[in-house]
Amino acid sequence: MNSIQKVSRRSFFEGIFSTGALILGAQVLPESLLAGDVDNATWHPSVYLGINPDGTVIALTHRSEMGTGIRTALPMVLADELEADWKHVRIEQGIGDKKYGDQNTDGSCSIRDFYTAFREAGASARLMLERAAAAKWNVPAAECKAQLHQVVHKSGKKLGYGELAALAAKQAVPQKAELKLKTPAEFRYIGKDVAITDMDAILTGKAVFGMDARVPGMVFASVQRSPVYGGTLVSFDDTEAKKVKGVSGTATIERFKAPHNFQALGGVAVIADSTWAAMQGRKKLQVKWDSGTHAGFDSAAYKDELLATARQPQKVMRAVGNVDAEFAKGGKTLDASYYVPLLSHAPMEPPVAVADFKNGKVTVWTCTQNPQAVQDTVAGAVGIKPEDVTCNVTLLGGGFGRKSKPDYAAEAAILSKQLGKPVKVVWSREDDIQHDFYHSTGGMYLKAAVGANGKPTAWLQRSVFPSIGSTFDDTAQYAMDLEMGLGWIDLPFDIANHQAENGPAKHHVRIGWMRSVANIYHAFAIHSFVDELAAAAGRDRVEYLLDLIGPGRKIDIKTTPPYWNHNQPQEKYPVDTARLRRVIEVAAEKSGWANKKPSKNRALGIAAHRSFLTYVATVVEIEIDDQGRLTIPEMHFAVDAGQIIHPERARAQMEGSGVFGTSIAMMGEITAKNGAIEQSNFNNYPVARMPEAPRQVHVHLIPSNELPAGIGEPGVPPVAPAITNAIFAATGKRIRELPVRKTKLV
Amino acid sequence: MIRFKVNGQSRVFDGDPEMPLLWYLRDEAQMTGTKFGCGIGQCGCCTVLNNGKAARSCVTTMKDVENASVTTIEGLSKNGQHPVQKAWKQANVPQCGYCQSGQMMQAASLLAEKPKPTDQEIDAAMQGNICRCGTYQRIRQAIHIAAGVRA
Repeated sequence: MNSIQKVSRRSFFEGIFSTGALILGAQVLPESLLAGDVDNATWHPSVYLGINPDGTVIALTHRSEMGTGIRTALPMVLADELEADWKHVRIEQGIGDKKYGDQNTDGSCSIRDFYTAFREAGASARLMLERAAAAKWNVPAAECKAQLHQVVHKSGKKLGYGELAALAAKQAVPQKAELKLKTPAEFRYIGKDVAITDMDAILTGKAVFGMDARVPGMVFASVQRSPVYGGTLVSFDDTEAKKVKGVSGTATIERFKAPHNFQALGGVAVIADSTWAAMQGRKKLQVKWDSGTHAGFDSAAYKDELLATARQPQKVMRAVGNVDAEFAKGGKTLDASYYVPLLSHAPMEPPVAVADFKNGKVTVWTCTQNPQAVQDTVAGAVGIKPEDVTCNVTLLGGGFGRKSKPDYAAEAAILSKQLGKPVKVVWSREDDIQHDFYHSTGGMYLKAAVGANGKPTAWLQRSVFPSIGSTFDDTAQYAMDLEMGLGWIDLPFDIANHQAENGPAKHHVRIGWMRSVANIYHAFAIHSFVDELAAAAGRDRVEYLLDLIGPGRKIDIKTTPPYWNHNQPQEKYPVDTARLRRVIEVAAEKSGWANKKPSKNRALGIAAHRSFLTYVATVVEIEIDDQGRLTIPEMHFAVDAGQIIHPERARAQMEGSGVFGTSIAMMGEITAKNGAIEQSNFNNYPVARMPEAPRQVHVHLIPSNELPAGIGEPGVPPVAPAITNAIFAATGKRIRELPVRKTKLV
Repeated sequence: MIRFKVNGQSRVFDGDPEMPLLWYLRDEAQMTGTKFGCGIGQCGCCTVLNNGKAARSCVTTMKDVENASVTTIEGLSKNGQHPVQKAWKQANVPQCGYCQSGQMMQAASLLAEKPKPTDQEIDAAMQGNICRCGTYQRIRQAIHIAAGVRA
């Protein structure tokens, strides 16, 4: 089937292309959808490029830019196959539209899902340009070759892409079989470093984020929401609020109806002529809430429940051999429980949206990872069709998964409909931290029977955590398949008998996904336990880890339901222990593992984890001073992510993962009492600052032409266990509960 | 009536003197390069120069800037030519970019005071500026580059 069709200009994003532009829309079937059935996304044309008569190539990016560099990387792929001159490529941000395919910029999948599509779109246009030149010169197409924004005939005559655009548009769209994709040696941009397209705008303060969106006639809103998840409004008094200068009134937003999905939480909005006035007015509101069913949520008691559940037999998710029989032999066993608290995303830009409801249609301007979810959510909130919602996507001041959930856009739309004018809803930092879709808290129990050399003969692992599924199904208590596939049932160890289980947990807050998701607590438990086993056996951690993984092989993970594997077939993206071994060996070598012996205050720790189809080994070097203050002089990441499009941004993502992982390991913790979140801002929800962050992160990318895999997230999971393993090496203290700051290190 | 300057331009303000400078800049002057991150002086996204020194505009009130000269990212240089901006570009510092206005203003303030800061001085000066993307090591590197440019 011909996968690339010319699309009519009218059906396209108007105003981007000048008359006579060659427009191609590649019909692609994205092969993955994070969050499974959450988005109901259907497959439509998803990739667009245009060439203007002046030669400007327009690359339309349908994925959101939150700091990964995707707004630059995908156009690089397109430009490469097109043989375009990067200087003449202009990048435009696509609005939310199903015709682009999946737009949820999440799950580290933008490159792997759209790499081929962008290549084919570029190669197809290149061929059409060559054929157009051949027709114009009346020569065989084989004698014409596209080369850096022009087509060159073997005689030496040339025509620019701009001159050829109108003619090329008349060419038949090539069949897929006719396309000649470049070999890696021919790549002009792929695998090279290109400055991000927004660099100058960011450096001069001109970049437009969601917080910077402004439309004429807009008013500002600050929303008071129930301190307890699911609470309902009883009454409110806005007398004092209305006396604040600039405040024009108040409006209510109805509480969501279960299941929650991404609906507005509900609350009382103060409307004003500036952000400050709205915030001041809100401070004067008197609101009474009925806290509802989650009023008894106490995170300390909840933690005990999770860990108690994890110590009991639970639902078997993967079984190899027979762990019970092996444990029944009565040999030496080790067991341990691990805990990771609720965490908040806390992107530097809090959630914010502008919405304008007019004549039954809504236009939104917002920082979103998922503009189609904005369309669906806003449509549901104001009773219109998703196609009547236009979602303009700004730059995102960080996302980390929070901005896949557009409740804030729904709030703006609901208020705009009520007030009859555009409304900007600005979340304060307190709103953000107290009403997040939290990264789930997890309790894990691990047990192993160990043989003579300290290698397990049986390995049992149980995890218990409120599932992301609870946000979409109020009754959900067990993990979704994707959560089990995130570093749990895909255990890559060479152990004859092993079993992974999952136990039930009720949710009391909105559970979302945060950078690397369930891998965070799964990797912490698994790689802490590996270190415990190695310590008990008195063996070198790297040597033990390689022994545990066993020889290089592709593991066929057979489970019911099938192993999720990021919606990729295992034949295409296998669990390949040879690649996992390789990153461990590289990280060990580059960090000088063999030669750095632990001392009382300085030591190394290691963890290696496959997630988002990428293999990462992390070695952390820590130092602990007399006061117990921990610093991280060095962190090494060895990374095999297959073909890397933009090595410099890939390194940046790993550096950032080192810092993000450090925040999780050392300081992140959300707690609740009487159902309400106890943290509110960076003073009581600390994240890593410069002195606490790894001083130097070294990134070692394994050169590869394998299929591209994820980059944004897979650096995060190994960081926390590598840090706590290093702490054990330095102090003999085993940290089984995060964050580390709760344990005195000296 | 509060009189002050923003990026060399004279301004007059007759609203709530308790309003933070941040919201004047963003909502009234519509200069949105200065960012809102926490509202309590904890994250540094809103950093500007107040009479040449780094200040958190979210906790600097309008009455605090009476007769002051305020510099924002928009006024740090013409066309991004300040040594800090050039160094930021050279080191490819930004990821999402949201905190970087504040980071650059803080760095410009540091370099004005200490043209050749040590790593420890950089850490001390920059620890009030959070970057959730984790660009700290490149910020440190860029400040050293900028220190070289200035020399």
